Amino acid sequence: MGRTLAEKVWDAHVVRRADGEPDLLYIDLHLVHEVTSPQAFEALRLAGRPVRRPDLTIATEDHNVPTTDTLLPIADPVSRAQVEALRKNCADFGVRLFPMNDPGQGIVHVVGPQLGLSEPGMTIVCGDSHTSTHGAFGALAFGIGTSQVEHVLATQTLPQRRPKTMAVTVQGELPAGVTAKDLILAVIARIGTGGGAGYVIEYRGEAVRALSMEGRMTVCNMSIEAGARAGMIAPDETTFEYLKGRPNAPQGADWDAAVAYWRTLATDDDATFDHEVVIDAPSLSPYVTWGTNPGQAAPLNTAIPDPADYGDAAAKASVERALAYMGLTPGAPLSDVAVDTVFIGSCTNGRLSDLRAAAEVLRGRQVADGLRVLIVPGSMEVKAQAEAEGLDEVFRAAGADWRSAGCSMCLGMNPDTLSPGERSASTSNRNFEGRQGPGGRTHLVSPEVAAATAVTGRLTAPADL
Amino acid sequence: MEAFTIHTGRAVPLRRSDVDTDQIIPSEWLKRIERTGFGAGLFSEWRADPSFVLNNPAYAGASILLAGPDFGTGSSREHAVWALQDYGFRAVLSPRFADIFRGNALGNGLLPVVVPVDVVEALTAAVEADPTTEITVDLVAREVRGAGRTVGFELDDFTRWRLMEGLDDVGLTLRHEEQITAFEAGRPAWLPTTA
Repeated sequence: MGRTLAEKVWDAHVVRRADGEPDLLYIDLHLVHEVTSPQAFEALRLAGRPVRRPDLTIATEDHNVPTTDTLLPIADPVSRAQVEALRKNCADFGVRLFPMNDPGQGIVHVVGPQLGLSEPGMTIVCGDSHTSTHGAFGALAFGIGTSQVEHVLATQTLPQRRPKTMAVTVQGELPAGVTAKDLILAVIARIGTGGGAGYVIEYRGEAVRALSMEGRMTVCNMSIEAGARAGMIAPDETTFEYLKGRPNAPQGADWDAAVAYWRTLATDDDATFDHEVVIDAPSLSPYVTWGTNPGQAAPLNTAIPDPADYGDAAAKASVERALAYMGLTPGAPLSDVAVDTVFIGSCTNGRLSDLRAAAEVLRGRQVADGLRVLIVPGSMEVKAQAEAEGLDEVFRAAGADWRSAGCSMCLGMNPDTLSPGERSASTSNRNFEGRQGPGGRTHLVSPEVAAATAVTGRLTAPADL
Repeated sequence: MEAFTIHTGRAVPLRRSDVDTDQIIPSEWLKRIERTGFGAGLFSEWRADPSFVLNNPAYAGASILLAGPDFGTGSSREHAVWALQDYGFRAVLSPRFADIFRGNALGNGLLPVVVPVDVVEALTAAVEADPTTEITVDLVAREVRGAGRTVGFELDDFTRWRLMEGLDDVGLTLRHEEQITAFEAGRPAWLPTTA
């Protein structure tokens, strides 16, 4: 019987298989950042163990770093200590690090792909749930906890139970103005925040094939918000074209050998999935979240849901609680919701094509009075590319704030946070209570909707400007 | 890690579903580089509300958490597990756990016990009616006992053995170092390195 993409990558990495035990999987690439690694390095130190493969490990500073005044020492002493711990750990254990202000620095899930380190058929892990991003290349990429970070540092392997497989097939073409972000928000709204638990999702179908690599990364990035640890897309010409010539991609005869292998990875025609979901692309429109988890999303041109419409008591209570936290009125149009802040950035939507899309909307327009608009490139390289194209000038002319690279307001570990009660339209990935700052209220949107919202001050699609 | 065999204790009825790890331990706490001391940050946003269940003295000292479906979603932060353990929890009962949280919990000896919705509901009702109600999580027999009920739960033999022995994965894996080295010798030369 045929195998799926996920099964092929899995099978190619089994170091050891024994009855009743998890498979021991080899890890091709381990991405490290300052937040989830200090306790892992400390454990290695206490046990007297080295990093087994520093040449398959790479680190960057992203979660804590400020996005202004980056040449000054980090003002928050706790953040500073954590960044300094990463620098010491990387120096002590021989791990290559991209520190603040280095041209290679950026969000860990932007750095791997831009270097060409994230390639088809690889196993990639990181102490960060959005590691699913790298599945866009046809890699099996998933987030791990700190004990597992220690395990990979020490052994370059992980014991893992084989996941189930789910196909999400997106049929037909996305309408104009509907983005990868809208697509994945619609998928999560359909299957729920726990619907992918225990599965690896493979995104398939015409609309997925038509996405750019950066769009595919946006889709795979948010697989975790549907409960799936990993999301994957079979590699194709779009993938190869993106990778060719990148600093760490294979070259010459190695490139040919790699591409020949990558072409074998696609799911076989006679393979079966444990679960299948079909999404109709032409029916989609710009999506926005209204609640406090990414599954609580709806088309922007609809109304805020009414708890009375939910039959199940637990679901009703959950919606009531979310609307109370979000300060929203059931039945009111989502497009009437006014925001205080717009955040464009993150590992979900902080890449060059995201910034280009936002700039296209903001070009020649002005940010609404009193609105704060933060635009944070996903990496220093994205920043340099955007500036080379003059996007920073477009943003500044519109009245937006152009920043340095980092995770920033996606999770508010640096100074970029929402105040209690403050409301944002955000291109990030989580609208959890307090995610962007205690008491903050988050609406997840695409870069296009974020930019249009910046112009009007309320949730708006570009088509309605 | 501390071995887990049979644990009996009182329980906290959380009555919430989709509890993400940002709620369990907010990101402000993630800046610390230690593994201990996270209990003070457990559910810290919710604990600011005096009516939140953890602020009810009747549940002080409880060691089992009763939660709705999809507990531990979102961020991979293991700090969520460290916070629950540091606060005093030994087990969490929920109809469904997020995968990464579950892995982190099992790696630290915090038992994530999957039980049906009606069982969580019945136990929740029982501990709400009488906070002194004791619940037993028996890993040896793979069952939960409390409020007049006995309910089995699933956990594979290997993981159960590892938890009962209190073994950590790194030590177990390093017993197979020769196989890792052999696997490495067969990896294609074109695979990228970070050097």
